[in-house]
Amino acid sequence: MVQPLIYYPETASQTAGPYVHIGLMPTYAGNPNYYHEEIGTTPIAEGVKGTVIEIVGSVYDGTGWALRDAMIESWQPDAAGIFSGQEGADPAVSGLCRFAADAVTGEFTLRTVKPGAVPSRYGKAFAPHIALWVVARGINVGLQTRIYFEDEDNTNDPLLAKIEQRPRVDTLIAKKIGENKYRFDIRLQGEGETVFLDI
Amino acid sequence: MIDQGPLIPRNREMHPLAYYPDYKTSIARSPNLPLLSMESGPSEETGPTFGHDKIGALDNNLILNWTKGAAPAVGERIMMHGRVLDENGRAVPNTLLEIWQANAGGRYRHKKDGYLAPLDPNFGGCGRTLTDENGYYQFLTVRPGAYPWPNRGNDWRPMHIHISVYGHSFGQRLITQMYFEGDPLINLCPIAATIRNRSQLDRLVAPLDMAHSRPLDFLAYKFDIVLRGRRQTMFENKLEGM
Repeated sequence: MVQPLIYYPETASQTAGPYVHIGLMPTYAGNPNYYHEEIGTTPIAEGVKGTVIEIVGSVYDGTGWALRDAMIESWQPDAAGIFSGQEGADPAVSGLCRFAADAVTGEFTLRTVKPGAVPSRYGKAFAPHIALWVVARGINVGLQTRIYFEDEDNTNDPLLAKIEQRPRVDTLIAKKIGENKYRFDIRLQGEGETVFLDI
Repeated sequence: MIDQGPLIPRNREMHPLAYYPDYKTSIARSPNLPLLSMESGPSEETGPTFGHDKIGALDNNLILNWTKGAAPAVGERIMMHGRVLDENGRAVPNTLLEIWQANAGGRYRHKKDGYLAPLDPNFGGCGRTLTDENGYYQFLTVRPGAYPWPNRGNDWRPMHIHISVYGHSFGQRLITQMYFEGDPLINLCPIAATIRNRSQLDRLVAPLDMAHSRPLDFLAYKFDIVLRGRRQTMFENKLEGM
């Protein structure tokens, strides 16, 4: 016999379902003014330091169809790589955004500030990136991934370095499509499947 | 001084399968390729914080919050309550919990729900609260109805409340569902069945809690939630140069 190992397993996930917007984005669900202040409507405020950018994209299923019901959350630091709550953070960056695929076109838009690089425990910094968490009907555990940028130096990023099949690195890199404008598509399955993270 | 280390890796055995054919929508929405496993970094170990000023007085009262207190919702009055803990058994204080649900007839107030059960003019179906310093929370609501959904020929969702939790870091982010003790539809539900570990599914079923029920007012259901924990060690401070 040994001492009992007292450990509480994490509660199991369940799908967010098709009506996730009621709870997390009530205005999108058709219920405006439910709360006096909705959470995650924008990750930045007036006076933000750095470059304001726009990222557009879609979430595609294994058949190539763009999901109309996907909801995404993004989390990021400010332009200097400092997260909200840490010392010296830009007070105009909350860092959290909730955005949904358009119910007609399936396209999403994230308007935010270009994040700075952040240190890792092991010396090499992570290249500028935005963490994403994707939920929808049919997704049983929220999918984690990241947006990196093609106009940044990603060569030493410790996460991208771990991707064995090098062409798959591209699935995490937003493409520049205009002045301060990027495209980032997420493919849940099949050709060009996005690298999802267990992190 | 014990430092907060990386997040404890997720034990995927404790979670649903991504691909579960009886839940048809999962077939084309589940990744085929393996997830990339890696130790957490700052993007996962930090997270948003929410002040009490964001939360309105009725936000955790779904019986009254849609009408701003003017008229109560129809249905069986219940209190859902419990604690948010981490895998180390420590309370998670001041974390945001958000819930959403169908009304007592099984209808959601969402532009895409066309179920023939009527909307309740006094019920919106969402609420939010922050846990207190002991990780404890409460919601007052009505018991949601079961409802049919398009999947196999005749699938019904058991009564359930959706729950979203942050914890203190983005890597702890979790959405789950609470079911109700004694509901025979749980064992017929392909979404519940995506969880292959029976004790993990049982942990999503809230027991009736008479001790916290209020006589002549509401029944209580207890629902505790466990989020990912972090390694705590004094041996992880100086890894530069390794």
